Amino acid sequence: MIELKNLSKTFSTPDGTLDALKNINITIQDGDIFGIIGMSGAGKSTLVRCINLLERPTSGSVWVDGVDLSTLSNKELRNIRRDITMIFQGFNLLMQRTCLKNVCFPLELEGKYGKEAKKRALELLEIVGLRDKANSYPAQLSGGQQQRVAIARALATNPKVLLCDEATSALDPKTTQSILSLIKEINEKLGITVVIITHQMSVIEEICRNVAILEDGEVVEQGTVNRIFSAPKSKAAKHLVFPDGENALLIRKDSQDVLRVVFNGSSSTNTPLIAKMAVEIGVCANILYASTKSVGDKAFGSMLLSFPNDGVTAARAADYLRALNGITVEEVK
Amino acid sequence: MGDLFSQEVLQETWDIVINDMPLALWETFYVTVLATLFAVIIGLPLGVLLVVGEKDGILPLPKPFMGFLNVLINVLRSVPFLILMILVFPLTRLIVGTIVGTTASIVPLVIAAFPFVARLVESSLREINPNIIEAAQSMGASPFRIITKVMIPESVPSLISNVTIAVTTVLGYTAMSGIIGGGGLGKIAINYGYYRYKYLVMLIAVVILVLLVQLFQSVGTRLAKSTDKRLKSK
Repeated sequence: MIELKNLSKTFSTPDGTLDALKNINITIQDGDIFGIIGMSGAGKSTLVRCINLLERPTSGSVWVDGVDLSTLSNKELRNIRRDITMIFQGFNLLMQRTCLKNVCFPLELEGKYGKEAKKRALELLEIVGLRDKANSYPAQLSGGQQQRVAIARALATNPKVLLCDEATSALDPKTTQSILSLIKEINEKLGITVVIITHQMSVIEEICRNVAILEDGEVVEQGTVNRIFSAPKSKAAKHLVFPDGENALLIRKDSQDVLRVVFNGSSSTNTPLIAKMAVEIGVCANILYASTKSVGDKAFGSMLLSFPNDGVTAARAADYLRALNGITVEEVK
Repeated sequence: MGDLFSQEVLQETWDIVINDMPLALWETFYVTVLATLFAVIIGLPLGVLLVVGEKDGILPLPKPFMGFLNVLINVLRSVPFLILMILVFPLTRLIVGTIVGTTASIVPLVIAAFPFVARLVESSLREINPNIIEAAQSMGASPFRIITKVMIPESVPSLISNVTIAVTTVLGYTAMSGIIGGGGLGKIAINYGYYRYKYLVMLIAVVILVLLVQLFQSVGTRLAKSTDKRLKSK
């Protein structure tokens, strides 16, 4: 279990001090896939570097499996880092070593050389599907392949936690997909806790179970991905979940009442809701925006409905919809 | 210089070339290689310290020490080689036992070259992508392991290019050491060309020096290219 307690990080720059992280409290359970999402400059990369203390927090503490990392000596910290490995946006492979030797690198740090290490490295390359590239150099591989080698390297020390710092941001959508499935597979098969830092909501939707939303160095919302998607509370979360919906609102806010309807799970997405509402209570809704996403294994839909602003219709519609299963209704002001 | 190519001059030059050149060439060669070797042995660790010892480096060292190191290197690099040779006479006598001769000239050459090598090593190591070093840190590599397993191996091609520059510079210095009794092509050029007006001999010595530089440079360039695995793409 990873616990970040009251974590803050302040950088001093020539222009004064910069609060990169403010009072962060996050708990990540073993075996979870935890996403941390935020825009550029929100402090994501600093946050993930605090988990293995590549970045020392200014205040607060980082606990991994009940150990306060800040109390460790440099040597103990280096040993702990073998349990908390990391992959990066830029892959960061050693360019003068073959793929095999790259995967051997963390083993060498543990004092393992020779046949045993080579065998283990080949097994790992097998897991990421690149055994045939063992003797190639990173420069000969595509970005996706390089990231696979980096994953193999990160797994070499049998870590408990894998930190992914924008690991798919430099890859095209298709490659991103395959890297994410690989990470998911590793999480399921090897039981490794995964922490994913990203600015892409699609990555969170794809594989995360829990998520924290970071804005200006603060966690503005956290919870299960299902919950955040069905009922985002903070402005940042809404912006991430309904990137287009917010813009649709700008059209004519004053002359209409608008409801946001979120379908949570498959039972409600299979029902012809709007038609049913028109037939049963005689309320006709105007659809301003609608979209469906699959998050994890569930289908999520969200809609913005507009009604005449007579003060009654929207309320009737809201009551009707709230009575149904798996639907969240919220008035948009 | 009208009779530069007269029968007499040609004959005399030929005799000198046959009798003195092979030894001079050998002396220049071994002095250059040995001096560069010692300069690398001293300069490489210093260059590493210049990079890792910085405030934001992987092994921050005390500020006074870094300051001293920088000043020492800058001072040694600012002294003209000709003067440096004379300045280190006591040291040369201490190490070699004499201040004249080919072997004695290695000492000032090393003193002149190691600060230069340290700066070249420094610039090579600064070319490394800092994210690769961060990755090694994230895997629990100690500063010593990062130096020996990441920084140096990753910059081998650049180090080879830079050592090649050092070799050609040292070669230039060896010619100068002819003035204080160091052997080699420099001595031939100065003794015959400058003191005895045998321009043709000097010319030949210079041509051989040029060829030697070319040789070192092309071997170095080829080696740097062939060791660089970043270039072997697809």
